[in-house]
Amino acid sequence: MGFWQRFLQLDRKWIFLGIAIVVIIPLIKPIGLPIKPTKPVIDLFTYIDTLGPESGPVMVVTGFDPSTMPELMPMEQALLRHCLTKGIPVISFGGLYPAYIGMAKMAIDEVSADFPDKKYGEDYVFLGFIPGVSAVILSIGIDIATTFGNDYYGTPIDSLPMLRGVKNYSDISLVVDVSGTSTPEYWLMYAQERYGVNIGVACTAVSAPAYYAFLQSGQFVGMMGGMKGAAEYEELMARKGYPTGRRNATIGMDSQSLAHLLIILLIILGNAGYFIVRRGERRRGIIRRKR
Amino acid sequence: MSISTSIWVWMAALLTLMVYSFLYKDNPFYRLAEHIFMGLSLGYTLTILWYNYIIPRVYEPLFLPPHQWSLIFPILLGIMTFGIFSKKYSWLIKYPLAFYVGGYAGLRIPLLLQSWIIRQVEASFLTPDKFTSLMSSINAILIFAGLFATLIYFYFSKKREHGFGAAAQVGIVFIMVAFGAAFGYTVMARISLLIGRMQFLIHDWLGIM
Repeated sequence: MGFWQRFLQLDRKWIFLGIAIVVIIPLIKPIGLPIKPTKPVIDLFTYIDTLGPESGPVMVVTGFDPSTMPELMPMEQALLRHCLTKGIPVISFGGLYPAYIGMAKMAIDEVSADFPDKKYGEDYVFLGFIPGVSAVILSIGIDIATTFGNDYYGTPIDSLPMLRGVKNYSDISLVVDVSGTSTPEYWLMYAQERYGVNIGVACTAVSAPAYYAFLQSGQFVGMMGGMKGAAEYEELMARKGYPTGRRNATIGMDSQSLAHLLIILLIILGNAGYFIVRRGERRRGIIRRKR
Repeated sequence: MSISTSIWVWMAALLTLMVYSFLYKDNPFYRLAEHIFMGLSLGYTLTILWYNYIIPRVYEPLFLPPHQWSLIFPILLGIMTFGIFSKKYSWLIKYPLAFYVGGYAGLRIPLLLQSWIIRQVEASFLTPDKFTSLMSSINAILIFAGLFATLIYFYFSKKREHGFGAAAQVGIVFIMVAFGAAFGYTVMARISLLIGRMQFLIHDWLGIM
C-alpha cells in the first residue's frame, strides 16, 4: 500500500491528536500573531465609544449557555468593560432562556469587581430572566418596569436610580445581543423593526455569515463574530488604552490560526491523495463503483 | 505551575476529560458525564423557571393581595396544554394552541416581511449612495449580481438554456461561496470551543498559562 492510500485510510484519532497539539502548544508558548480588526467589529466598537455617561444606557443581553461560553463570554466581558470604562450606564439582561442567567451573573460579577468605583443601581443594573422571548422583547418597548418588576436581586425597578427616566427602548442607546442562538433575529424583528432601537450583535462564528446581510442593510450597527470578533474587540480596547482584563479571546487566536492551517493542509492533502489514488487505479484498470 | 485546589475546578476538569474520552471510543466515563449533564441541566432549568416564573408571576399575583384575578384566564389556558398527556382530555390543547398560533402569526408575519424581505430588497438596490468609493461600488454590484443570479437559480418554471442557464450557473457559484464561508465559520466555532476547554484545563486547572 502506497503513502497516499495509507494517508486516505488514516485513523481519525490521529487528526484529533494533531488538532489537540496545535491548540495546546500556542496556549503554553504564545506566538503573538497580529490581530487586525475588521469593519463590523470597528463599527460596533466605535458606536459604543461615541456614547458617554449622559447617553441612554446600553442593554447587554446574555444569550448563551456554557456550550458557547469560550466564544461569547469574552465578548460580553469586553462590552461590559467598555461601557463601564466610558461611564455608560449598563443594563445587563440575564436573557430570554433560563440557562443564560448563570452566564450573565458570572460576566457582570467578574467585570464589576474590576471597577470598584462603579455602584450597582447607579452605574449598572442586572435584570433577571423573564420567560416569553418575543413577548418580553415587545414588552420592554412599552415599559421596562412593568416587564421586569424587580431586578435580579429582588429590588423594585422603580427604586434603582439608574433606571429613573428609562421607560422603554426610546431611552436606550443600544441593545447588544450576545447570542449563541437565533435570538438576534427576534431583537431585529421585535425591537429594531417595531420600536426602532439600535441593535448590535455578538454571535458565534456559526451564526455570523447569516447576519452579514443585516449589517449590509444597516439593520445592525455592528457585529462581533466568533472568537476572532472577540479578539478584535479586545485589540481595539487595548489600542485605546482601556482596561481589558485577561484577554481570553486574544490568547486563543494563535491556537485558532494554527488549527486552521492544519485543517487547510489536511483538506489539500486529502483531495490530492484522492485524485492521485484514483489516477493510479485508472492506470491499473481498476474501476470504482459509484456509492 | 500551580494546580487548582478548588474542588469545583477539579470536578469540571475531570468531567471535561470524561467527555473528551469519547474521541477515543465510547466508554462508561463518557456516559456517566453525559447523564450527569442531562440531569443537571433539566434540574437547573426547572429551578430557574420555578423561582423566576411560577412563584413571582403566577403564585404571588394570584394568591397574595392585591389579587390579580385576570391572570386566571391565561393560567387556565396554560393548564389546558397538559391535556396532551391524557387521551380523554387531549382535545383541550386545541384552545391554547389556537390563541398561540393566531397571536404569534399575527405578530410575526408583518414584522418578518418588513425586516427580512422589504428592508433586504431595499438594501440590494443600486442607488447612487452605494457608489461612494471603489470598494463600496464593487460590493454593491457583487451583492446585486449575487441576489439576481441566486434568485434565477431557484426559478424552476423555465428551461435553463442560453442567458438564463448561464445566470443560473453564476447563481450556483454564489451559493457555493456562501456554503464555503458557512463551513469555514463553523470550523472556526468548533475549534474555539476546544480552545476554551483547553484554556480552562491549562490555566484554571493546571495553572500553567
